[in-house]
Amino acid sequence: MLPEARDAWLAAQEARWGDPERLHRPGRLAAQALDRSREVVAEAVGARPDEIVFPASGPHAVQAAIAGLAKGRARIGRTIVTTTIDHSAVLSAADATGSAVHTPVDHRGRLDLDAWAAAVRAEGVALACLQVANHEVGTLQPYREAAEICAAAGVPLVLDATAALGRVDLTRRVEWSALVGSAGAFGGPTSVGLLALRRSARWRAPYPTDDYQDGRWPGPPDVPAIFAAAVALEVWSADRETVGERQFAMIERLRLGIADRVSDVDTAGDPERRVPHLLTFSVLYVDGETLTLELDRAGFAVASGSACSANSETPSHVLAAMGALTHGNVRIGLTRTTTEAEVDALLEALPPIVAGLRARVRTS
Amino acid sequence: MTEPALVLDCLGWKCPRPIIELARRIAEVPVGETVKVIADDPAAGPDVAAWCRMRNQELTRSEPPEFWVRRLI
Repeated sequence: MLPEARDAWLAAQEARWGDPERLHRPGRLAAQALDRSREVVAEAVGARPDEIVFPASGPHAVQAAIAGLAKGRARIGRTIVTTTIDHSAVLSAADATGSAVHTPVDHRGRLDLDAWAAAVRAEGVALACLQVANHEVGTLQPYREAAEICAAAGVPLVLDATAALGRVDLTRRVEWSALVGSAGAFGGPTSVGLLALRRSARWRAPYPTDDYQDGRWPGPPDVPAIFAAAVALEVWSADRETVGERQFAMIERLRLGIADRVSDVDTAGDPERRVPHLLTFSVLYVDGETLTLELDRAGFAVASGSACSANSETPSHVLAAMGALTHGNVRIGLTRTTTEAEVDALLEALPPIVAGLRARVRTS
Repeated sequence: MTEPALVLDCLGWKCPRPIIELARRIAEVPVGETVKVIADDPAAGPDVAAWCRMRNQELTRSEPPEFWVRRLI
């Protein structure tokens, strides 16, 4: 968590807020904090505070949005249009809820708008779901145009803003019916999901609800965690452009520097139209898990989308759909405090690590 | 459909070993001839295709777990 978010969470615990539905003082304080949190999120996504709901996680928010809109559109059809590279939470929710159609992307991970339009305009489409930006390769989608296509066709759109919240300006009006996100993606607690539901959306709760959160997510909300999430989002919103510019340039330097110093590296994603902070590249002839461990030993905490990496048996569906190399994959996410010196250090450390791993195998 | 000049049985091999093997052995077939790779690792499909793109070789057929690569250079 961002230090500001952690401090806010601790302060909320000290303050001993109560159940926001109750009329006693601890309850009223909690209710005020919850209201304030909704205002912060509403402003960041161009919505009204009474449209903001906090489910228990990003994937919960995705499931709530998709299943709830599908329920409202059951008489029209079961088809759910998404892309080949949307987050696995979106793909699973689409498969579980209806019949998913996966619109293709180009080799940079950018949505084919013609294919999107054809899919959205077909018979029996319940809803569409599209990411603002890809969570692995960072490519920005033409989400504004995609949303206009959906609106013209009368198809509700779920916009997955997980990789974009706090990084991309989302305040301008876009025709979505639901917008989802995850506080963990911007330095808030991972136990807080974000769901913005337009008042006009035909959404029906796909699970039992109660009086909390206006009958859109059950159970007493974890107000300290929600408050911490809102603080994290405020921290990002305050200097989003400055930090964004700095990170964008660092990623560009990493991208070019790695291509310069290491042969046979496949860098995935759009180099220009992307979020500022992500970089994914795959190193030919090297095992992704070993590469990640070696980088970790050298002091760089990175992730991997390779099949042989610690938490996956299958390669990244994102890379595979884009035609990108999947083995030897490294995923870098810059933080607010990443320095130029750290970028230099990674550029220095990577070539000898790769050379060492490649020396273990002989290739032409 | 021509027979492959070389068959690489990489069943049970984990990524990136099937690709490393393909890269090592393709020089054994004349330019214009085909190598058939048999690899059941889930990364083999995407990675044989990506390797061909990066190495300017041609993936002529892909029916996992079998892949046909024609040597262009």
